[in-house]
Amino acid sequence: MKNKMKKTPKIKIALGSLIVLFLILFIAFIVLISDYSEKGATNSPYSKVDSEFDYAKLEATAQMSGGAQGFVGEDAIGINPTEFLTTWNFNNLPTDERSKYYKETRLGDGTLLREYWIYAIDREIEVAPGIFYPAWTYNGQVPGPTIRATEGDTVRIHFINGGTKSHSIHTHGFHTNAMDGVMSQEQGLLLPDESYVYEFKAEPFGTHVYHCHGIPVTEHIARGLHGAYIVDPLKDTRPKPDKEFVMVMNGFDVNFDGENEIYAVNSIAFEYVRNPIKVKQGELVRIYLSNMLEFDAINSFHVHANFFEEYPTGTKLEPDFFTDITVMGQGERSILDMRFKYQGKYMFHAHKTEFAELGWTGFFEVEE
Amino acid sequence: MMNKKMLFTAVFPIFLLFALFFIFTSYGPIGVFKTDLPQVEKIFIERFELEPGIIYIHIVNDGPEQVTISQITVNEMFWNFEMFEDNIFKPLERGVLKLNYPWVEGDPYRIVIFASDGVTFDGEIEVATSTPKFNWIYFKSFVMLGLYVGVIPILVGLLWFPFLRRLNRRWYYFLLSLTIGLLAFLGFDTLAEAFGLIGEMPQSYNGVGILVLGFFLAILTLSAISHKIKSFGAEKNEHHKSLTWGYFIAIGIGLHNLGEGLAIGSAYSIGEIALGSALVVGFMIHNVTEGIAIVAPLTKNYERIKHLIIHLIAMGGIAGGPTIIGTLIGGFSYSTALSVFFLAIGAGAIFDVAFDILYSMAKEKGQSLFTITNVLGFFAGLLVIYLTGFLVLG
Repeated sequence: MKNKMKKTPKIKIALGSLIVLFLILFIAFIVLISDYSEKGATNSPYSKVDSEFDYAKLEATAQMSGGAQGFVGEDAIGINPTEFLTTWNFNNLPTDERSKYYKETRLGDGTLLREYWIYAIDREIEVAPGIFYPAWTYNGQVPGPTIRATEGDTVRIHFINGGTKSHSIHTHGFHTNAMDGVMSQEQGLLLPDESYVYEFKAEPFGTHVYHCHGIPVTEHIARGLHGAYIVDPLKDTRPKPDKEFVMVMNGFDVNFDGENEIYAVNSIAFEYVRNPIKVKQGELVRIYLSNMLEFDAINSFHVHANFFEEYPTGTKLEPDFFTDITVMGQGERSILDMRFKYQGKYMFHAHKTEFAELGWTGFFEVEE
Repeated sequence: MMNKKMLFTAVFPIFLLFALFFIFTSYGPIGVFKTDLPQVEKIFIERFELEPGIIYIHIVNDGPEQVTISQITVNEMFWNFEMFEDNIFKPLERGVLKLNYPWVEGDPYRIVIFASDGVTFDGEIEVATSTPKFNWIYFKSFVMLGLYVGVIPILVGLLWFPFLRRLNRRWYYFLLSLTIGLLAFLGFDTLAEAFGLIGEMPQSYNGVGILVLGFFLAILTLSAISHKIKSFGAEKNEHHKSLTWGYFIAIGIGLHNLGEGLAIGSAYSIGEIALGSALVVGFMIHNVTEGIAIVAPLTKNYERIKHLIIHLIAMGGIAGGPTIIGTLIGGFSYSTALSVFFLAIGAGAIFDVAFDILYSMAKEKGQSLFTITNVLGFFAGLLVIYLTGFLVLG
């Protein structure tokens, strides 16, 4: 009892001290809180306005920062992308070099025999600055070489499969069963190191495509085995174009997850932003547009400050539409005729804007 | 002294290892290894730092191969970025990517980083909000937060001491069991948190290794300390044992609270939790139980402890103070590896002291460990901390 009497005051002091400490802390809070809430409106962690930052300048910087970083290499897709626009039947090559891939022979009926030498080649292409994609190509380029003939000509393609998978050339157009490029060698689907000769009459006139039909077809097309095949009408009543451009809309699934990460026209993201396509004010520009995009159901083309006459598939001599957007499913194509009214730089892009921001954007530069 | 034979047996395996290493590297991998496997590229996004109009991405190369960063998309759009050095990352190299991006407060953003060979690495900003910068306002906010959820509740818990000491002596064992219950819960909770964090950190950091290291470091250090104390004969005095327990519990809980603080601070700074008053109150009530765990062993022999009040305040500080440090570290520079390490130390300390109390109770003469009182006490401890845990749902 005596002992306890002695100890109790000590406990009381302890308890008292604790409470005092507690009170001091509590008062400290009140001070902190009041200070905090006083400035809270402008300085709270979630406030949007902070005088430290120049919002207008930040927004301006941000608006200039869209798009891909850097530049692609010299030989990104096996052919200069600006050159690709105006290249068909290897007309970009010097004569002796060209003869290795293309030969014309006049036939008795006045039509031409056009012979092509096309090789399937595995190679890496650069689909956006710094991003390399293991592609399967025709003649080392993506899109493949553009084949262009006049209605009634004979097209003969000597195809050599130098790749590591089965490949073929399946053209859209009239041809016999043996020239279809599917299923087996009897129909023109080749194992590695095999070769074959496809031959058919160029018909009907229009803007078409060709692509590999090895399976899975999705992968064979997406990997880069696709290109444009143009058949000009024998009797053309359309206005004569001043400039003609070949554009193949495509995309790349660079991480192989079954979806495209990169979209483009003629394979390189934002290429014609960095190097705009030069045209003259008022001249007739004709675009042979085809959609070889895989994985996505549709693609589209839109041009700024302009409208175009559209010839769907190019199979008629009168345009069906006068518009500024055309939407295409996989494998669809059109001929677009347009004239730019004013000088300056005008954007063209997929009006599926997600694709546009992932690479499918370019510019026309209209000069005097 | 080591004789030559002994030295040889010690060095020979090392020599052999080097010889094998030399053969392996100079003559190439043998047989099965010699395949042209695709590169294993891994970029780990450590965190995002947001300023108005700017996103910084902190990354580390988490794989065995060099990685070249080529492009970045934000919400399905290619975006220019700046690197502070080059865009080539060697294994374990860290770096920051800067994007001038007009992000909108509160919106989520999906970021995809493209390596040169098309491999992609995804990251997500769940809620975009400015990352706190170290300034007086934020410093005060985080100190306040730490005081609220850590120090205050434990001091409140300690205030139960006068009540607990007046309880009947046989309640002492109930309280000790309750403490073990509380500690067991906290120990598992801390471990679970550490394991959770391991899933969020770069694999190359070897999170499990850090955890094991911290866990046993704590147990062994505390055991060595209590052994030292015993060998000084302090064991003879019961009150010294109680005091040692009190401090060990405080250390364990302190490390647990450091981890908790880290989690709260980082979650707060990336906008994951808006610390509403309900959540803070929840944390407070939850942590009051930690105060009880500290004082329970002291209720038996407190009369003989000199300067009890200083000890109590010190224990409260040790247990609660780390919450403040944790919120500050977590709020301004969060490191998962460090968090895992501290959490593991905390878990080790908690389990060590829980086992120590249990062992001491079992040694008590004429007492069964599993009396109704003890078992009920243990369950009461588990239940109290479990139920108060519901208050911390945010």
